[in-house]
Amino acid sequence: MSILVDASTKLCVSGITGREGTFHSLRNREYGTDVVAGVTPGKGGQDVEGIPVFNTFAEAVEETAANTAMIFVPPRFAADSILEAEDAGIELIVAITEGIPAHDELRVYNILRKNGRARLIGPNCPGILSPGKANVGIIPAAFFREGNVGVVSRSGTLTYQIGNVLAQRGFGNSTIVGIGGDPVPGTDFIEVISMFEEDPETELIVMCGEIGGDAEERAAEHIAAHVSKPVVAYIAGFTAPPGKTMGHAGAIVSGSQGTARAKAQALEGKGVRVGRTPTQVAELAVSLLGAAA
Amino acid sequence: MDLLEYQGKQLFARHDVPVPEGRLAVSVEEALAAADDIGYPCVIKAQVQIGGRGKAGGIKIARDRDEAREHAEAILGMDIRGLTVHELWIEEASEIAAEYYASVVFDRSAKAPLLMLSTKGGMDIEEVAAEDPAAIARLHVDPLLGFQDFHGRRLAFAAGVDGDVVRQVGAMLAKLYEVFVSEEATLVEVNPLIVTAGAGDGTGRGVRALDAKVTLDENAMFRHADNAQLRDISAEDPQERMAKERGLTFVKLDGDIGILGNGAGLVMSTLDVVAEAGGAPANFLDAGGGSKADAITNAVEVILSNPRVRAVLFNIFGGITRCDEVARGLIEAFDQINPQVPFVVRLDGTNDQEGRRLLAEANLPNVYTEATMDDAARKVVELAAEASAS
Repeated sequence: MSILVDASTKLCVSGITGREGTFHSLRNREYGTDVVAGVTPGKGGQDVEGIPVFNTFAEAVEETAANTAMIFVPPRFAADSILEAEDAGIELIVAITEGIPAHDELRVYNILRKNGRARLIGPNCPGILSPGKANVGIIPAAFFREGNVGVVSRSGTLTYQIGNVLAQRGFGNSTIVGIGGDPVPGTDFIEVISMFEEDPETELIVMCGEIGGDAEERAAEHIAAHVSKPVVAYIAGFTAPPGKTMGHAGAIVSGSQGTARAKAQALEGKGVRVGRTPTQVAELAVSLLGAAA
Repeated sequence: MDLLEYQGKQLFARHDVPVPEGRLAVSVEEALAAADDIGYPCVIKAQVQIGGRGKAGGIKIARDRDEAREHAEAILGMDIRGLTVHELWIEEASEIAAEYYASVVFDRSAKAPLLMLSTKGGMDIEEVAAEDPAAIARLHVDPLLGFQDFHGRRLAFAAGVDGDVVRQVGAMLAKLYEVFVSEEATLVEVNPLIVTAGAGDGTGRGVRALDAKVTLDENAMFRHADNAQLRDISAEDPQERMAKERGLTFVKLDGDIGILGNGAGLVMSTLDVVAEAGGAPANFLDAGGGSKADAITNAVEVILSNPRVRAVLFNIFGGITRCDEVARGLIEAFDQINPQVPFVVRLDGTNDQEGRRLLAEANLPNVYTEATMDDAARKVVELAAEASAS
């Protein structure tokens, strides 16, 4: 098992004819993901190395029964593309695009919640990888193999770093989910952690947070009340100064809110072990699961 | 992007939020002309983005031309908590009957705009929130519904504003919400929102925004060409400006170890690991995903433009970024600018072996490679300490 993406994933890529869109669509297909379609308005009828391109999501879904969308279009078109995918009946939308206006994200989030038909992962995220099954996004799959550790993270490269130190100690992953570094992620820590709790393959959950907002604090409450599996956390940004956006739109300490220290304390207060460095996260994983094979 | 008070007020005026009449001045002569135009008494306000301007002497009332000159001369060029005053806002004086607080904030937890209103204005709202939370009325607005008049009434009655200004406060909230949505702000705050004195018998009172604090979403600037032109020269750090012009995500910090990494989370983590090892980072620099050689060269120049930097750490975990490209960029940078400080390089991920081979072949002076993030952090801290001792 795994969560969100697996062998049943049928992927349609919005922006497949762009440079990055093409590159990552083909990489995802090479990994084994069933990439069934692409959407680029005005390029319907063409194909990208055999992947058919459609003008609209509605056509793509009708012709290929795509159930998952990956959004690769520039920020100004991304909100519309997400809404188009949802309108066409796509159930899982993974938005890689970085730099979407905050008010667009707010509108999209609230429309999707109201309709209740589709789940959005991201935006500004590296995507989802279920090793050995499917890769939807830009996570470099070569560093990860199948296993029992579920990872959920607000950051891309930090996830690779933590995945790598876990791999060096022999751990593999059920699924790695990048929820993105923006202020309004479509899916939050709590929802992904709940999915890992239900997933029989996942035996340990690693949560990578960072400064800004209160998602980690809320996750701490949820874990204490509803999660039976061990959870190890990491928080980036202990040395971040207040009022400065640290690369991600969502990573900012505003006033007394959103500091790494407060997040680590909230998690530790609820019994979640917090690694101070990525290496410590791997050491905590070893202490909880025993040395992996 | 945080706006200066006058920029916020000009934005308010465009949306019919009542604000006192004012003019911008960048010299004493301009300030006097503006004051003459507006009439006396008027208020001379330093335009810097920092709290406590009044206490620092950056806001003064001028009753006549001589006082206007005296204050303008004193405030222009004044240093307010590290920021130099380059601009003055000259504004008509207001007679204040009461000071309220109003704001619209982007509440990321609730995924909705949050409106706040309090009759305890004119002071630090975080203090009010801590000491007397009940004094702040709060209401989330469904962004798909938008602001309705009843929202304004509910807040005004909940906050306990004076009965004669309930409608005007409601109308002000509606307009502030309009500013928030149509200008794509993440914060619109008025503190104080004043009730003006009106006639002597207590009739004819009105409301006005006496201050304006507005944060605009940088990601939405493509839809707001006018706002994209707004600048705050007093708050701009030259090194941060240089980085921005080169398309790099850069934040200046207080230490002496230059940091470059790829991906915001990894760079934040690198700062923490360096601090854990006893060092002090000089900057946050995210070279981004897919960093090409010339981006790396650019980044090295930006890092080294800070004279405090004694050693530099490159921490790369290649996903989209290819380690061989990073190595080429570093070799190129050494070729062009011949850095005088030691570099520690940790390359892992896509094409890492090729990257390390290129670095070994180039045999750059003063460049050390380390296999892990922890070892690299320890090494760079050691090198920076040696450099500061010598």
